[in-house]
Amino acid sequence: MISVDTSRRRVLRNLLAGMSGMLLSGCDALSRSEWFPKVLNVGERLSQSIQNTISPRRSMAQEFGEADLSPTFRSNGTSNPGDPIYQALAQNAFVDWRLQVDGLVEQPMAFSLAQLRALPARTQITRHDCVEGWSAIGKWKGANLGKVLSLVRPNPSARYAVFHCADPMDDVNTRYYESIDMEEAYHPQTILAYELNDSALPIANGAPVRVRIERQLGYKMAKYIMRIELVNSFAAIGAGHGGYWEDQGYEWYAGI
Amino acid sequence: MPGNESDVSLDSRTEPPGRYWYARHSLIVRISHWINALALTLLFMSGLQIFNAHPNLYWGQSSYSQRPVVLAIGAGMNAGGQPIGVTRILNHVFDTTGVLGLSREDGQLAARGFPSWITIPGSRWLAMARRWHLFFAWLLVFNGSIYLIYSVLGRHLRRDLVPTRVDWRSIGRSILDHLRFRHPVGAASKRYNVLQKLTYLVVIFGLLPLMILTGWAMSPRLDSIIPGWISVLGGRQSARTLHFLIAWTLVAFVLVHVFEVMITGVWNNLRSMITGRYEVAPGPVTRDVSHDQR
Repeated sequence: MISVDTSRRRVLRNLLAGMSGMLLSGCDALSRSEWFPKVLNVGERLSQSIQNTISPRRSMAQEFGEADLSPTFRSNGTSNPGDPIYQALAQNAFVDWRLQVDGLVEQPMAFSLAQLRALPARTQITRHDCVEGWSAIGKWKGANLGKVLSLVRPNPSARYAVFHCADPMDDVNTRYYESIDMEEAYHPQTILAYELNDSALPIANGAPVRVRIERQLGYKMAKYIMRIELVNSFAAIGAGHGGYWEDQGYEWYAGI
Repeated sequence: MPGNESDVSLDSRTEPPGRYWYARHSLIVRISHWINALALTLLFMSGLQIFNAHPNLYWGQSSYSQRPVVLAIGAGMNAGGQPIGVTRILNHVFDTTGVLGLSREDGQLAARGFPSWITIPGSRWLAMARRWHLFFAWLLVFNGSIYLIYSVLGRHLRRDLVPTRVDWRSIGRSILDHLRFRHPVGAASKRYNVLQKLTYLVVIFGLLPLMILTGWAMSPRLDSIIPGWISVLGGRQSARTLHFLIAWTLVAFVLVHVFEVMITGVWNNLRSMITGRYEVAPGPVTRDVSHDQR
């Protein structure tokens, strides 16, 4: 009953190939258009508002045991910043490194690594989820970012913490940067990590300090941090989207 | 199966002679069907582009446990020094040159997981694929919610999808009919057969909710609602693997679904899912569900 002659089969095949070709080139044209990605951005705003609504603001990321640790913690992106100032700091075990904390604060401050280590610390074994799809589990120890912020006393107008980093991303002096809102900055698991797996944070993983933002994807967790700036808008920084990868089209809210 | 008789005679008695039109699908079913078809297509293709950013699958919480890799797609060299596409499923290695691992992109051979003709966008572009994926994921969730509310309150679920006692008894017969590509005509064609009902129920209440759940399990923020809940799925990397496998299960469903649509009257089926009107062909009165009366 279902004998299909070859010419009909050919017509059907051409029809299907034509339809899929149209779908693909149509979708690619939409991706490159000015307006369609803006429509798609509704998805990011929905994810952010719905996730903020259904999960408590202070909900905690899952923590693991020593047995779950990944044998080596994968280094992704920059593994050794080529910047001469950074290299000089690294030569001297970051003794001369200072973390500048400024912007919309009453008391700008600079912290040495020793001063950060003297602040209240938190140790956590967490899963790091990369936007690419892989996950690794590491044990992090670092200073509570909320504690650091309370020392510099943010102005009420401060809405975001911007992390300025040492790693050059291209030849025109673009540096890695990232930003989070104040809610995320004061989260108990948000730490300025200086230790990974009970050793000083390796250069491959962001020495001397990287931030851990455990409820978002890996690219939010800036490495090689030099300065934290509190702002009420990141429109004037980089291309204005709040981070290096955000400027390349990734979502600012990386909760999924 | 003598129990079928009463059901059939009831249908047969009200059966008008000749062909006639029947309002098969309600407006909400028709609209939600096509939104669902569009969203699933775009989700699948943008999902494969996202997969290509790291074309490996693992079981467990992390990608760096001691467990073997479930699936790995990559490019390599053969003995003659030629580039090849290699796909590894657990311990089995396959040469998949041209399709997986190594395929043509704008005329050039490129190392990539799935080929460009099945991904959105076609060329490597993770950020844009995520935008497509997460937008249409929300469309799928809202569309599915409206459909579910309608199905329960509008009785579509109980009237059309839940198998009746007669259905359960005809299941063996229905399997044989499907294998022989025989499908009911006349009054019996107005209702879904039992395999069709069960398949739709598995897709609506099994595969699609699991797809959404495994998608949420990959969100570090949603994982924090109840810390550790994703261990139920085996961990985050297991959730990613399940997400991938269920996506292909849905593809298998769609292939069978489209095949059945084609062999039971393409235009009649398509029309009924667009305008709602389905043409019922006259069938032998005795041949509906009552297969024993001959």
